[in-house]
Amino acid sequence: MAKTLAQKVWEDHLVRRVAGEPDLLYIDLHLVHEVTSPQAFEGLRLTGRSVRRPDLTIATEDHNTPTTDIDKPIADLVSRTQIETLRKNCAEFGVRLHSLGDANQGIVHVVGPQLGLTQPGMTVVCGDSHTSTHGAFGALAFGIGTSEVEHVLATQTLPLQPFKTMAVTINGALPVGVTSKDIILTVIAQIGTAGGQGYVIEYRGDTVRALSMEARMTICNMSIEAGARAGMISPDETTFAYLKDKPHAPMGADWEAAISYWNTLQSDADAVFDNEVVIDATSLSPFVTWGTNPGQGAPLSANVPDPEQIEDLESRGAATRALTYMGLTAGTPLRKIKVDTVFLGSCTNGRIEDLRAAATIIKGHKVASEVTMLVVPGSAKVRLQAESEGLDKIFLEAGAEWRQAGCSMCLGMNPDQLKPGERSASTSNRNFEGRQGVGGRTHLVSPLVAAATAIRGTLSSPADLLEV
Amino acid sequence: MEKFTSHTGTALPLRRSNVDTDQIIPAVYLKRVTRTGFEDGLFAAWRKDPEFVLNNPAYSGASILVAGIDFGTGSSREHAVWALQNYGFKAVLSSRFADIFRGNSLKAGLLTVILPQENIESIWAGIESDPSLAVTVDLVARQVRWGSESAFFEIDEYTRWRLLEGLDDIGLTLRHVAAVDTFEKGRPNFKPKTLPAKI
Repeated sequence: MAKTLAQKVWEDHLVRRVAGEPDLLYIDLHLVHEVTSPQAFEGLRLTGRSVRRPDLTIATEDHNTPTTDIDKPIADLVSRTQIETLRKNCAEFGVRLHSLGDANQGIVHVVGPQLGLTQPGMTVVCGDSHTSTHGAFGALAFGIGTSEVEHVLATQTLPLQPFKTMAVTINGALPVGVTSKDIILTVIAQIGTAGGQGYVIEYRGDTVRALSMEARMTICNMSIEAGARAGMISPDETTFAYLKDKPHAPMGADWEAAISYWNTLQSDADAVFDNEVVIDATSLSPFVTWGTNPGQGAPLSANVPDPEQIEDLESRGAATRALTYMGLTAGTPLRKIKVDTVFLGSCTNGRIEDLRAAATIIKGHKVASEVTMLVVPGSAKVRLQAESEGLDKIFLEAGAEWRQAGCSMCLGMNPDQLKPGERSASTSNRNFEGRQGVGGRTHLVSPLVAAATAIRGTLSSPADLLEV
Repeated sequence: MEKFTSHTGTALPLRRSNVDTDQIIPAVYLKRVTRTGFEDGLFAAWRKDPEFVLNNPAYSGASILVAGIDFGTGSSREHAVWALQNYGFKAVLSSRFADIFRGNSLKAGLLTVILPQENIESIWAGIESDPSLAVTVDLVARQVRWGSESAFFEIDEYTRWRLLEGLDDIGLTLRHVAAVDTFEKGRPNFKPKTLPAKI
């Protein structure tokens, strides 16, 4: 029977299949961070269980960590306790940990790929919904809760009901200034925040084939914002070239064996998807959100929508509520919206290519006087790479702040937060109420839009910089 | 895990759709290392509004949350489930839940019940006109009952059995440890290991 990529990876990890019970799936890689793991380790302790495969587990500190003064103890005592708990747990259970200050510390979804631990055809889980990022390699990767974290620590498996599969096919050349962030924001606006519910999305088409690994990770990362548990892209030469010589990539005969397996990881030509969506890349433009869920977005050239024009009553109510929270008036051109803060970073857009893209735009310009721009590399390694390329100087000379690696302002958990009423253009993934700090207002944007917005002070694309 | 068979209590109407887990419990409340004490963070931002339904004394003591469509979207934080449980909720009713939240709730013993939107509307109407109206969520009969009305709901048989018996998922999987051992013997050599660390 013809199979999709997701079905192939699923079946290659079946430990046990019995009618009337969930499938038992083997987990190849378990990523751990400080927020969703303490209760799981405590559960192991209470039941006298151990970590079955510490050698398939890796931890990093990212959500709570400050992005300044990282050589000093974390000022927030509760955050410090959570970090120290992770350190104690990893030491007790023999789990590899990259702590603050370590060259491999960073956001868990940036660290896995850069170490070469994320590879095609693997099952990857983490107590974090953006685990879908790793699907860019053709892995089946999805977020889990703390009960499941404990389950994977104890058994290296998970009982799961099979997902449905959805194909999102994107064809055509992307117009200048349009990035993979614009693609995924468009997809979410089109299918809605529940459109992918119950599905694994496979992104296909020649547009996707032409994207770098970093750009593919951005797309897969936000699959969860469309309600899908996972997003996948079948591996190809771009994937193999990225992995080659990464620290944990296979070597020698193992590399050859891996390549021949990885080449089988394509959906069969006659595979049937449960749902299909087609996007014409040539019609896309820079895309931003105006509301309080990632599906409430529009092209940057559009106006803030008028809820009265929305037919569906539920969506109309949600839009009305969102505009009140966001402090926006229907009909205002999105380009006229002023921001206080620009955040460049996160597991969505905190990789080296994102920093390079933004630096290209910002070079020789100044951040607008009323705007604060935070540039936060996704990992310590990304920061070092960027510094070796001089990107830090470009951002600093423009008046931006150059920070240490972590989740930073993506979520209001560490010192980097918006104040009530403040508005941001953010390359992160969620514009929920209060996501970046109580009362904060978030517009999700691409790194290019973030850079142009920092310069002009209003939501802007690089093309707007040409108008004098 | 505590067994769930049937629960009767009063219910609280949350007439909002797309309630994400950042609303259920904002990130700043996720710093505890225990499974308890999260009730203070439940809907923390919305609770600052005196008009918010959770602040209405008529619904104090409610143990069933009746929410709008797409409840629990966003972050995978199981703290959202714990916050609801710590506050005193035993069940949540909605016409659609986000996948990860639903999975987390059923692992942790918070029963999430999917009912058609028309049933949700009917329950909202019932509990808004009489906040003391008793609502029963009966997992044995797979039925929700309120006033003179009732509706059946679907839940997969395996999950239902696990909740009815209060069984620990990990314990169930460990019964099949031999199958895991066998699977591991067949794993290809090229699959990566995190140890010894290479950097």
